[in-house]
Amino acid sequence: MSSTSPSGRTRKERMALPRVEPREHDATERAASFCEVDLGLDWEGAQLEADRCLQCVRPRCIEGCPVGIRIDAFLGKVAEGDIDGAAQIIFDDSSLPAVCGRVCPQESQCEATCVLAKKDKPIAIGQLERYVADAARAHAPPAQRVTPDPDGGSAAIVGSGPAGLACAADLAQAGHEVTVYEALHDLGGVLAYGIPQFRLPRDVLRAEINRLAELGVRFETNAPIGQAEGVDDLLAEHDAVFLGVGAGVPRFLNVPGEDLVGVSSANEFLTRVNLMEAHRPDADTPLPQVAGRRVLVFGGGNTAIDAVRTALRLGAAEATICYRRSEEQMPARVEEIRHAREEGAQFALLTNPVELLDDGTGALAGARLQRMELVEPDDGGRARPKPIPGSEHEVPADLAVVAVGNEPNPLLRRAAPDLERTSRGTIAVDEETGATSKPRVYAGGDIVTGGATVILAMGAGRRAAASMDREIRAAKSGAA
Amino acid sequence: MFPVREAQTLAPDVVRLVVEAPRVARYQHPGQFVIVRVREGGERIPLTIAGADAEAGTITLIIQAVGLTTRLLCTLQPGQAILDVTGPLGAPSEVGYEGRVAVVAGGVGSAIAYPRAAALARAGNELVTILGARTADLLTLEDELASVSASLRVVTDDGSRGRRGLVTDVLADDVEAAAAGIAPLDLVLTAGPVPMMGAVADVTRPHGIPTVASLNPLMVDGTGMCGGCRVQVAGATAFACVDGPEFDAHQVDFALLHRRNQAYRDQERAAAEAAQAAAEAAQAEAEADDGCAATQPQPRPTLREAR
Ligand SMILES: Cc1cc2nc3c(=O)[nH]c(=O)nc-3n(C[C@H](O)[C@H](O)[C@H](O)COP(=O)(O)OP(=O)(O)OC[C@H]3O[C@@H](n4cnc5c(N)ncnc54)[C@H](O)[C@@H]3O)c2cc1C
Ligand SMILES: Cc1cc2nc3c(=O)[nH]c(=O)nc-3n(C[C@H](O)[C@H](O)[C@H](O)COP(=O)(O)OP(=O)(O)OC[C@H]3O[C@@H](n4cnc5c(N)ncnc54)[C@H](O)[C@@H]3O)c2cc1C
Ligand code: SF4
Ligand code: SF4
Ligand code: FES
Repeated sequence: MSSTSPSGRTRKERMALPRVEPREHDATERAASFCEVDLGLDWEGAQLEADRCLQCVRPRCIEGCPVGIRIDAFLGKVAEGDIDGAAQIIFDDSSLPAVCGRVCPQESQCEATCVLAKKDKPIAIGQLERYVADAARAHAPPAQRVTPDPDGGSAAIVGSGPAGLACAADLAQAGHEVTVYEALHDLGGVLAYGIPQFRLPRDVLRAEINRLAELGVRFETNAPIGQAEGVDDLLAEHDAVFLGVGAGVPRFLNVPGEDLVGVSSANEFLTRVNLMEAHRPDADTPLPQVAGRRVLVFGGGNTAIDAVRTALRLGAAEATICYRRSEEQMPARVEEIRHAREEGAQFALLTNPVELLDDGTGALAGARLQRMELVEPDDGGRARPKPIPGSEHEVPADLAVVAVGNEPNPLLRRAAPDLERTSRGTIAVDEETGATSKPRVYAGGDIVTGGATVILAMGAGRRAAASMDREIRAAKSGAA
Repeated sequence: MFPVREAQTLAPDVVRLVVEAPRVARYQHPGQFVIVRVREGGERIPLTIAGADAEAGTITLIIQAVGLTTRLLCTLQPGQAILDVTGPLGAPSEVGYEGRVAVVAGGVGSAIAYPRAAALARAGNELVTILGARTADLLTLEDELASVSASLRVVTDDGSRGRRGLVTDVLADDVEAAAAGIAPLDLVLTAGPVPMMGAVADVTRPHGIPTVASLNPLMVDGTGMCGGCRVQVAGATAFACVDGPEFDAHQVDFALLHRRNQAYRDQERAAAEAAQAAAEAAQAEAEADDGCAATQPQPRPTLREAR
């Protein structure tokens, strides 16, 4: 480790540098637009920020990254000005860096364990990862179609979310024939129908998916596996199958009034806007009128924040997050919570709905809420919200969006009834290999963990790809 | 793309399409449906699989034009194609031997009921079919239903064909006959407007005659992901696209379904009018970009390029 960096700054000088913050689309302007909010770093900023990295002997940052990207190494390349070199290092461990750099909860992953976090200014690892991926993409030649390996086989991937895409990328790169089956008409899973464009522009996602197509991955949309062919049918045609079908089923609140007109799940609201582009004047899909209306969003995760920010962009007069715990406990990325607040979202924290109110015609009129307090749990776990007696009150609302989590996708229950499941309905797998109870069938992502993160889903897809590669090759050489 | 092989007008505003959809044709069962998206920017709408030829890789759809998307579908000709056809979706119907079965269909319900009726007939059931519509012009699949039924009675609101009145008037006679031990009624199958299905359930409930309704809530994805199709059955939430679309009619909250199906009435009407006006200009618009490019940072050339 050298004490001066390529820039010639000494370690001490570098430690004195402030963290470089990305440019952002102006809050008032962006509140009416679906353009990306976070505009990322520019070249000077990226180099300066990378230069702050101390190139630790034991880079703690890597321990915080679920897929173990060699962060110190890629930052070193950025500091040297070698973007291609940096991109190569990142692509060794992640097939969707332009996505992860944008949507990973860095503050609780890589940036949380960076040694500089103690001084309150960890390296902006996510921003730099995104910068490298965007820059490399802008200049990259089309990916080379991998020549099929004569000793390779064929793999079926069910679901085109991050788990499936990551698995497909690795298997294709290893020389296998890969087909991705997706039930919807478009690819990307939650990246396409859930996460809004102002956080993850569609062209970024499309470019990453196109790269896979260039590698030779085949995509079959409109293919609901289990409703159409089942897993056994796929096994008849392919050497191995990966299930990355996600946790797509929305949970509801189980309070009276939840079926009133004007109440929808966040999945429905976001799908109408993101996948169906219902907000565009030329789209056929209808959307409830949001402009000028009061919107209540129940939940505190990324999904809730995405819904509230989407409502604001559609012109909501008022858009409020209603969450039963406190802000520190919101699972959403801190960045998004800040952005939502800047854009005018309101927060009713420590409140919980007990009933959604009927306007007399079967449509939503408002909600009866109760205040909560946090109490220490007996078992020492996370503080638990407890209703405060007598705190019930009513608020008016025209639309309510429920974002309180998702459950395992149901289609597959029909696809492979013989798969072993956990008591939560998720697929049981061997954590190291992703192998399910059924031979030649692997699984990963939200269908295994329950609603988690993009990078965890990708990591699971990649681990499964490695075992599938081994198994396919072993079977071929055994058969030969 | 899913090419249209045949297009045939069955009645004013009712069209039968034969569409290439090999995956659906191969794996479908009676009672299941597809979700189609006609064009870029189009919405996803559910349609019952009215027939399938696994060998030819085709399925039959029967579409009644009620709004924008069904209207577009009804204009399709052989040589044109549907952008997306996803399926089969939903749970297959149970089609065993029940005995004497009343099929009660109204409006577009005949398209929904027909494949299940045909399957029941193949299973040896005796079908007594009651077909209703507002007026004679709107009666659909009369011949097809007649060909699988032991008897077919037609009812119109205005008396322009068959008996004047409601399908439930005829059904009530059948139910009475069954109660009097004259002719049994082992199962009632109903599809059509929600209030009609609700009324059918009300007629058979007091006599405990098993009644199955094929529900038609609004849908988006059809895979259980959005919850937009949720219905209340026996006091619990069910997703019609994965748990249905058929349910025990005696347990369904029809009033709720009716209200929820009206949710977008104004928007749908406006959309249909707008589409009529701008039918030609639409295609070019759809290609328009999101206008965000200007705000994206231009990354600096990489070393490789700069060299
Ligand atoms: C609104 C929202 C915002 C989020 N924000 C973030 C964030 O900022 N950062 C973050 O890290 N995580 C975020 N998450 C969580 C993250 O998106 C998920 O953890 C991740 O997408 C899971 O990936 P997956 O591949 O397991 O499944 P999914 O992304 O759910 O993809 C599964 C795919 O499989 C398809 N499928 C399902 N069944 C079948 C079948 N039978 N046949 C064929 N295809 C099928 C589905 O249609 C879907 O396309 C967010 C989630 C939501 C809903
Ligand atoms: C499982 C299932 C199977 C179906 N099978 C068939 C079929 O085989 N053939 C067929 O013609 N139709 C069928 N339908 C109904 C069909 O999906 C709707 O008519 C269609 O979605 C209307 O779309 P649109 O854009 O043309 O009309 P819109 O503009 O959406 O609506 C026009 C009018 O129809 C009403 N409407 C909208 N959706 C529905 C609905 N789902 N049910 C009843 N009324 C509705 C609206 O309230 C409005 O008044 C089925 C529906 C379901 C849920
Ligand atoms: S993948 Fe996510 S956690 Fe890993 S380094 Fe990148 S931003 Fe951090
Ligand atoms: S822990 Fe922080 S400072 Fe150390 S190598 Fe990683 S990013 Fe650089
Ligand atoms: S249509 Fe979305 S869950 Fe049924």
